[in-house]
Amino acid sequence: MSKRIILQSGRLIDPSTKKDEVTDILIVDGTIETIRKSIPASPGDQVVDLKGKIVSPGLIDIHVHLREPGYEHKETIETGTLSAAHGGFTAVCCMPNTNPAIDDESIVTFIQTQGKKAHDGIVDIFPIASVSKAREGKTLAPIAELVRAGAVGLSDDGAPVFDAKIMRRALEYAMMYDVPVMQHCEIPELAHGGVMNEGKVATELGLPGIPGIAEEIMIARDLLLAEYTNSRYHVCHMSTAVAVDLVRQGKKKGIKVTCEVTPHHFTVTDEIVRSYDTNTKMNPPLRTQKDVDAIKEGLKDGTIDVIATDHAPHSLDEKEVDYIQAPFGIVGLETAIGLTVSELVEHNVISLMQMIEKLSTNPRKIIGKEIRIAEGEPANLSFIDPDVEWKVEIAKFKSKSKNSPFEGKGLKGKAIGIYNHGKLMLY
Amino acid sequence: MSLSSRHLLRLQGMPKEDIVKILDTAISFKEILNRPIKKVPTLQGKTIVNLFFENSTRTRTSFELAERRLSADVLSFAAASSSVTKGETLKDTARNIEAMKIDMVVIRHNAAGTADFLSKVISANIINAGDGQHEHPTQGLLDMFTLREKFGHLEGLHICVVGDVLHSRVARSNIFGLQTMGAKVSVCGPATLIPREIEKLGVDVYHHIDEILPKVDALNVLRIQMEREAGGYFPSLREFHRFFGVTKERLDRAGKPITILHPGPINRDVELSADVADGPHSVILEQVLNGVAIRMAVLYLLGASE
Repeated sequence: MSKRIILQSGRLIDPSTKKDEVTDILIVDGTIETIRKSIPASPGDQVVDLKGKIVSPGLIDIHVHLREPGYEHKETIETGTLSAAHGGFTAVCCMPNTNPAIDDESIVTFIQTQGKKAHDGIVDIFPIASVSKAREGKTLAPIAELVRAGAVGLSDDGAPVFDAKIMRRALEYAMMYDVPVMQHCEIPELAHGGVMNEGKVATELGLPGIPGIAEEIMIARDLLLAEYTNSRYHVCHMSTAVAVDLVRQGKKKGIKVTCEVTPHHFTVTDEIVRSYDTNTKMNPPLRTQKDVDAIKEGLKDGTIDVIATDHAPHSLDEKEVDYIQAPFGIVGLETAIGLTVSELVEHNVISLMQMIEKLSTNPRKIIGKEIRIAEGEPANLSFIDPDVEWKVEIAKFKSKSKNSPFEGKGLKGKAIGIYNHGKLMLY
Repeated sequence: MSLSSRHLLRLQGMPKEDIVKILDTAISFKEILNRPIKKVPTLQGKTIVNLFFENSTRTRTSFELAERRLSADVLSFAAASSSVTKGETLKDTARNIEAMKIDMVVIRHNAAGTADFLSKVISANIINAGDGQHEHPTQGLLDMFTLREKFGHLEGLHICVVGDVLHSRVARSNIFGLQTMGAKVSVCGPATLIPREIEKLGVDVYHHIDEILPKVDALNVLRIQMEREAGGYFPSLREFHRFFGVTKERLDRAGKPITILHPGPINRDVELSADVADGPHSVILEQVLNGVAIRMAVLYLLGASE
């Protein structure tokens, strides 16, 4: 007996087919059987009313810290994927700053196995392996083995690949397997000791600054390396106006560069650090209005390919210390859609089509996990209510950690469910 | 008689009326300090904890003296980051204080924002005795008190803060407080020790001390931490002294008397030559006495707001 689900009257938006239409979708045993204006339900069919809601190809967050193995007090694969599901994501890429780091194929396999067990495997986990052994930046990790085991990208995220020679070799090696090197861009000597954006606000608050040039110089260097090696280079969590422009120029020159920004970097500035709330401490730090404006421009003109959250859970105890000691990072999976719709779509920075492009089509293309909504394809879908207005309640987050600066913020737009691997989750 | 806030966390944004009230109140307390019997019963029954996570004999002594002169019950503990090493969070420390029903907390900490943090988690009045590189409001107030005593007014004065402005909470409290009172503040130091975009706070930046001297009424000379040399902020203390040290020779060239302040302790012949520190225009020891009066005034005004 096959399982039939009819998604009724949803607005299908799929950038890969350029479709934007209100339609019914019939899913039979996990595969899209029919896409048609009106599909009559047979007895026994499960019908989901999606009137006024968006049906998009499954969203993916390519920059998530699941913390397992090693830091299970912050997050586990179980809690992290549930958080992702509630944020509307059917897939995440997890970063390798675990303990041990994802620098061995056994860790890749472990994460995938845990991922399949969590919530019936409704959220796909595509691991990003480390560039260097133990993320120390000194010798290359076994890149070929890691990719064969299932790693979809390489990064020492949390730290940069600071040695230009190692970076060059990583790019060359990654090129053979067509995976991107995803760089956490930061010149350590320039950033060291800093806790927030260097500038007027840091000067007033007496907090040590991280200058924008720490990020920009490394992007400039890496762009030249990527051009020289003809390899794929991805800039993680870009935060400054100059960085956006460097990538824009790089793309114009034909360099194979892609980049991502986080919702917090297009939503808030270093002004909110005035509260000394440690949930405003992240790396790269929140910058200035000028940077936010440039990021929005980059999202609009296509320079910025991807919106990714840099979901970085930390326990309450770890964050309830003074600003200097507090760890960098905030959780982001469950506020991503709300912030994107509220800050970008509502203000006509990008369209809903572009939003889905940056939350699904483009990031999936970067890691080679493309999908589309078409008859005969596996159903991998996210359901979004673009009009619902809600308030962020951190206590309700499914993530194990609650470190977000957005408590009480009024947002528009929210995921209402996902479908993947024959499983439906509505909330 | 009270201030517009229950806490003294910073001079940035503090209303002029509050500053004036503190400075005026300190006049009468200074008078008490010059009497044979120096104790008043103002804060009898109040318990004050001096929470010093960072060594500072001077500031702690000054606060303790002020508290005892006001007849408060005083508890001082130099945590010197010991509780941090034990793994206790600042919030735990704060909760313990709260449980002990303390009325006022004076906190010194090596991280900016800790006084703000305490003020959000406990109900006692919080007085910031220096938080990292952020502010040292009672120092700013006592500097203003000393300048007002000397000149009779603050409006229209031009004060230059000299030296390691980047790491200085005294510099920030001076800038915010003096600007509110209508004085002009400039800073002078090596470019490596001037914080980024400080000009956006409305201060002029100088890198050559001889250029600024003829323009100012007073210099607030900051203590240079010996470890800044090792940190590579300048090549050597010798070079720092030669180019940024405030010496008698330099001051004589300025052609007018310039009042000299220093928050202490002085590195003699590094940022300040001995003959200037002990010279006729130095008000450094006045600052020490005024510090007690200012702290009495602050404690009194905050205690009175209950």
